Amino acid sequence: MRIFLAIYLFVIIGAMGVLGFRGSISTKPPLEVFPDMDRQARYKPQAENEFFADGRNDRPVPAGTVARGNYFNQQEVFSKDFEDTILGDTTFLEGKNADGSFVKKLPIEVSYELIEQGKEKYDIFCAVCHGAAGDGNGVTKPYGVLAANYHDERLRNETDGYLFDVITNGKGLMLPFNDRITPEERWAIVLYVRALQKSQNPEAEAGI
Amino acid sequence: MANVFPKWVNTIPIKVIIAIVLVKTAVVLGVSYYATPKYTRVGYTPTQPVAFSHALHAGQLEIDCRYCHTYVDRSEHSNVPGSNVCMTCHSMVRKDDPMLAPVRESYESGEPIPWVRVHKTPDYVYFNHSVHVNRGISCVECHGRVDEMVVVEHAKSFSMSFCLECHRNPEEYIRPTEEVYNLDWERPTGADAEAEFEGFVHDWKVNPPQSCSGCHR
Repeated sequence: MRIFLAIYLFVIIGAMGVLGFRGSISTKPPLEVFPDMDRQARYKPQAENEFFADGRNDRPVPAGTVARGNYFNQQEVFSKDFEDTILGDTTFLEGKNADGSFVKKLPIEVSYELIEQGKEKYDIFCAVCHGAAGDGNGVTKPYGVLAANYHDERLRNETDGYLFDVITNGKGLMLPFNDRITPEERWAIVLYVRALQKSQNPEAEAGI
Repeated sequence: MANVFPKWVNTIPIKVIIAIVLVKTAVVLGVSYYATPKYTRVGYTPTQPVAFSHALHAGQLEIDCRYCHTYVDRSEHSNVPGSNVCMTCHSMVRKDDPMLAPVRESYESGEPIPWVRVHKTPDYVYFNHSVHVNRGISCVECHGRVDEMVVVEHAKSFSMSFCLECHRNPEEYIRPTEEVYNLDWERPTGADAEAEFEGFVHDWKVNPPQSCSGCHR
């Protein structure tokens, strides 16, 4: 009996020594105790796929096509004078008139909901560098990011279409955001930036 | 006739019974402690190709979750950002740091960074991120305090009972939608707060499925 108890304790202590406790940090992938249908041969977003040479499940957009719903590469695919009646109009998607000049005013109806949406998206994507007040003092400034101050004379006098184009395609050191912010959200941000500018320069902006 | 068996043989049955009870107890306790996602999944902390710190980016700098995981509120899948998202800042910040070399290479070549996925539901589970975050269920409820993690680890068990715990009592986990991405939000207590949370469940028509087909569809 003593021998049995000794072996018994030894096995328990040994097993706990090998297996550890719940929640202990491990770099090994989780053990699946009953892996019945846990991993099925199906396509999942951002997953690997051995079928394709590059191993990627998410396929790049084939040349000469525009994905429905996002229009990211519309400008690369269609020529400038293409009159787009199916995907949407260039004023809304690019902030430009038919002749290529920037539109002066938002091409969509302004509402309080739109400005709220603009604030939400601004605080996510823009405030990091441009600061919550739009003065270019975001959290990244001490790390060396140079961001424009919206209260500059030049930016206050720019058209809405220009601001839209900068968000869409980037400018200078700023990279494009067209893959993360939809055209409508970009217009909402433009509207919110206008509100920020007005908040800092109430008299000068009486005309807008 | 002398005794064939010595006297100590009388104790064998009781000893066998004790041994069986001890072994069975150990096996039952061992299986229930170890053969559960609380042991197998929690604490999984793979080494990532780039030492990205959520504690720095999401915690200290307070960058919104959606700056990188942009489609979490619009899609079933919460996306891992492409290297162009990293380069939005890192084309200026630490632009020659060798630690970020894989990011720059990926940005130039278009080849994705081979991040190691930490949180995986089994393939027979349907989970939609957008429907949760848009109805006041915060990231923190399933992923833990990611904003305090230098290396992301699997914080919760993701077992079926873990899901059902919340699906049965959504008012104990729901929060105002504007606090969903604020991981250190402190949950108010008291009758007023509870009434408010029950109001959210009612007003937003939160009706989490508890039937099998809700998640195993």
